[in-house]
Amino acid sequence: MTTPMQPTGAPAAWPDTYGEDAKPRVGFFTDTSICIGCKACEVACKEWNLIPEDGRVWTGESYDNTSALGANSWRHVAFVEQRKPLRLAEPFPEADARAGEAGSAGAQPAEVGVADLRWLMASDVCKHCTHAGCLDVCPTGALFRTEFGTVVVQEDVCNGCGYCVPTCPFGVLDKRDLARSPDDAPLALPLFGKKEDGRVWKCTLCYDRLKGGLEPACAKACPTDSIQFDELDELRKRAERRLEKLRVERWNGARLYGQDAGDGVGGFGAFFLLLDEPEVYGLPPDPVVPTAHLPKLWRTTALAAAGLLAGIAAAFVGGRE
Amino acid sequence: MPSLGTTFGRGGATTFQQDLMNADCITIMGSNMAENHPVGFQWVLEARERGAEVIHIDPRFTRTSAMATKHIGIRAGSDIAFLGGVVNYILANDRWFHEYVRCYTNARVIVADEFVDTEDGDGLFSGWDPEKGRYDVTTWQYKGMTVHGAAGQREEGFKGTKGEQSGHGGHGGGLEHGDPPEEDWDLEDPRCVFQILKRHYRRYTPEFVADACGCSVEDFLWYAETLCRNSGRERTGAFVYAVGWTQHTVGVQLIRTAAIIQLLLGNVGRPGGGVMALRGHASIQGSTDIPTLYNILPGYLTMPHTEDYGGLGGYVERTTAPAGWWGNADAYIVSLLKAWWGSAATEENEFCFEYLPRIDDDNSNYWTVQQMLKGKVTGYIVVGENPAVGSANGRAQRLALAKLDWLVVRDLVEIETAAFWYDSPEIESGELVTEQIPTEVFFLPAASHLEKDGSFTNTQRLLQWHYKAVEPKDDCRSELWFYYHLGRMIKARLKGSKDPKNRPINDLTWEYGTHGETHEPSAEDVLREISGWDDKGQMLAGYKLLKADGSTSCGCWIYCGSFADGENKTARKKPHWEQSDAALEWAWAWPANRRLLYNRASADPYGNPWSERKQYVWWDPEQEQWTGIDTPDFDEEKPPNYVPSSGAKGPDAVAGDHPFIMQADGLGWLYVPQGLEDGPLPTHYEPHESPFDNPLYSQRANPRRQQNKDLDEDPYNPVDGEPGSELFPYVVTTYRLTEHHTAGGMTRFTPYLAELQPQMFVEVHPDLARERGLEHGGWATIVSMRSAIEARVLVTDRMRPLRMNGRVVHQVGLPYHWGQRGYTTGGAANDLAHMALDPNVHIQEVKAFTCDIRPGRRPRGPKLAAFMNELRERVEAERGRAPRREPEEARET
Repeated sequence: MTTPMQPTGAPAAWPDTYGEDAKPRVGFFTDTSICIGCKACEVACKEWNLIPEDGRVWTGESYDNTSALGANSWRHVAFVEQRKPLRLAEPFPEADARAGEAGSAGAQPAEVGVADLRWLMASDVCKHCTHAGCLDVCPTGALFRTEFGTVVVQEDVCNGCGYCVPTCPFGVLDKRDLARSPDDAPLALPLFGKKEDGRVWKCTLCYDRLKGGLEPACAKACPTDSIQFDELDELRKRAERRLEKLRVERWNGARLYGQDAGDGVGGFGAFFLLLDEPEVYGLPPDPVVPTAHLPKLWRTTALAAAGLLAGIAAAFVGGRE
Repeated sequence: MPSLGTTFGRGGATTFQQDLMNADCITIMGSNMAENHPVGFQWVLEARERGAEVIHIDPRFTRTSAMATKHIGIRAGSDIAFLGGVVNYILANDRWFHEYVRCYTNARVIVADEFVDTEDGDGLFSGWDPEKGRYDVTTWQYKGMTVHGAAGQREEGFKGTKGEQSGHGGHGGGLEHGDPPEEDWDLEDPRCVFQILKRHYRRYTPEFVADACGCSVEDFLWYAETLCRNSGRERTGAFVYAVGWTQHTVGVQLIRTAAIIQLLLGNVGRPGGGVMALRGHASIQGSTDIPTLYNILPGYLTMPHTEDYGGLGGYVERTTAPAGWWGNADAYIVSLLKAWWGSAATEENEFCFEYLPRIDDDNSNYWTVQQMLKGKVTGYIVVGENPAVGSANGRAQRLALAKLDWLVVRDLVEIETAAFWYDSPEIESGELVTEQIPTEVFFLPAASHLEKDGSFTNTQRLLQWHYKAVEPKDDCRSELWFYYHLGRMIKARLKGSKDPKNRPINDLTWEYGTHGETHEPSAEDVLREISGWDDKGQMLAGYKLLKADGSTSCGCWIYCGSFADGENKTARKKPHWEQSDAALEWAWAWPANRRLLYNRASADPYGNPWSERKQYVWWDPEQEQWTGIDTPDFDEEKPPNYVPSSGAKGPDAVAGDHPFIMQADGLGWLYVPQGLEDGPLPTHYEPHESPFDNPLYSQRANPRRQQNKDLDEDPYNPVDGEPGSELFPYVVTTYRLTEHHTAGGMTRFTPYLAELQPQMFVEVHPDLARERGLEHGGWATIVSMRSAIEARVLVTDRMRPLRMNGRVVHQVGLPYHWGQRGYTTGGAANDLAHMALDPNVHIQEVKAFTCDIRPGRRPRGPKLAAFMNELRERVEAERGRAPRREPEEARET
């Protein structure tokens, strides 16, 4: 099992503090090669978690009118239209053979033709990072790591300070806006909409459903199993097998994103199979938890402080002379 | 679905969605399955993951195209040209499944000498009558057969017709059995169906397809070869379609073309094969099985006509087929009459047959609306529909509503149809004034499916029970509640009446248990009545037990057995991973819980599987019965070598190697001699409105299409070759999005769905945007002779321009979900559509018509009416210079 580590290298509080209540770490594997862009995940999430409507803005960004993850959208399906083939053509066998004789690498795969079109769809979500910056900076303890290894904001503890917002390399953490004036249209759902807010809201990986032995709402609703919920170790194995199959089938640009425990956030609890560079989907190519710099920062600060102290001391010492 | 009905025998999907995963090749055409049937689409993806080719052939590149292994773009309305090309490819290259076609289809049957094909009649079949605007079908018959009138020609009366359940989804109509038709098993006689088919499609060459459809010759050939390669003994291919095929003036014939291909390739009745008709959510199949249609009774029994039948005997004589399961029609109708009138229905009074209402005319939905416009229909009950947004020519629909005396709308929310009198484009333009509308509108709030018990019959004929989750709010009530209590109150009112006209209501059985504070009727009681019982009160196991002597009662013969042994079979929920692939213990499918229809054809004529890989149902010689993973769609104990005796009737008259047991001859019909209005073979015609002329014939469009030439509210755009046609140069197609449901009554009023597609938009290619000065994200006005609407512009490569006959044609894509009301509002695409219809099912042609598109927002208020009047006057003036006279108006064949 992957044990989330604090940036300092010290063992994380999780799962030890949970003792016998600790559960295997769970997460999502979102396989975008079978995402049909139905947005059932977005709706199921909102229904289960009673999230207010996020505004009715037609964006013109293909079929994506959600635009980004936020306090009122915990799943977001991106739509990317590309003039690229979905799969690469088979290289000519003869060319391969000749290349082999010549001792060079195989022929470059030829693109099928410029007329090719593909429409990428991918459901984004909070990554439930191994090293979660949001969790590191939360002063109230509203953000915590659950017994399942997921990262959750407690709505009754969060005071809306917003420290966590800039620490997320993915822009997931977001404050729910307060109604600006009495004339503002009320948010659609009465449960939260009419109450003052300003707190931070994000995917809980359906903590309440997990407690009840159910899979998260989005994964449950996904008709093609593009969103898969399971123990993280199992998902990582499944993802490797899936990638291998897509490579054999010559899918254009297939890659895993966030499965690497050595990346800047220690691997995602919710990771992805993408068909192009992460930037194409609006995802950072090399996310790093800002608090990873803290030890160095503290060392530098300590050094500076020590230098300053030494200088002051020297000044006093020198003054006596 | 008379297309599948006439070809295979039953008007339902031949397969089930889960079986698609067994396909080696899936053709999705006339359907955007990933967007509109996303849950069922998982089985298509499963097939793709197993290595199947998934080909999406569609004017647009949709979410379905994105998941397919190949997308081929074609011009909207050119599908028969494309599929006819496939038929030609199969026949010209000898790729048909020889044994299957010889034994299981009517390829070998000789057709009457009088039959003249469109190839020899310049686009008209023999028998065309320009005066009546319809065919006399007598020349289409098999050689040596007794002549019958076609079903559907009810205005002509029923004299001499037999076995005519083909009206809406029934079987292939009434062949007289007895004298076997002339046949040529070598398929070489020039008058045999096989040779006629060959000649009919000879000109549908790859080059013709490319020119008519706008695809490349290479793509077409690749497709035809891929389909053929994935058919045969070892492999099977499936077709998936939805209203993208239906909603044309040639819709029925279009589906027929695919059915012909599937018969030629031997893909029907076999796993991974068939024609998967995707029907609407959630019970559209159910609403034809137990019909909301005017011309059939439950189980596709014909609705009696006003013409004198001579009573039940005459009806039975005309309805009963000499062979096949329609041979027992007397048992079906008598059991139905017993279900409705119970002990009042006796042999002496012909089981109250006289009580049935009669029809005397077309009476379909669009006809009714036209009668409203003429002031001949004064009351209208609208349930679960939103015609002001969802029906073609929305303006005509709303103007019709404004001529009614009263209107009842039952819906979840106050939809556009209920609010037309104060909130509609015509109120805005001043064409209607609230104070001057005489219509009294009653809005009755309905309960949603979550607020009531009941069953849905889904797209694959599967009856699935659902339970109430919450009580309906306030005055919201289920449909069952509404009709039960309405009937109860009417009966109470008429109690004791001696007036004979009230007897059908006084004698009606109306005993259903009720429960709860609202006295909700028991939906299970209704299902029990539908499933049926015998005179001892025993629930029936299946329709084979139905009797014509009044000893059985059954509300819908094809649903008989859904409550067998007193168990609600539709409520069974055993998961598929705990049983065979056919999942026979999940809910219940009609008929007789068969999941894959005509599955006798999954075995060869001797009863052995065609191949081990594709085995499904086969003859077990030791047990002397048919067996397999599904319920055999055949007499379980009828051996493959069974030959009917000369006097055999009904099911006994179907031979052991004839798998299409609902057909009078047990065969799949490549050629349909009877049962369709517009021809025995599908032919390429242009849409009613098209910027192109027919490349094959001087006959431009389907001659039999229903038009409203004398209806001012339904003017047509000029077509190719007519002055003024240049004003409407683009092909427009309408469609749905995953995020919204049909006319939007259930989704535009729901914040979570409204925000996902929050505005009406129009999809255009960058070239068209340049040509017309349209700006991405800006506004455009889309115009036809019917109306002008506005939409936000979505410029996308997914709307590809097509080149054909040296011309580039642009296609305009319009989702049709929007209207005046709800969280998200916008122009209603159907306002642009005309009301020309398919002649068989009277459906509108909203998948291919013509339009203009201009930058900017539409004129507002009274200016809109002025703008449209000016346009119409200008077009009529243009057209008046040289009005096009369509060949079908002048020629006789």
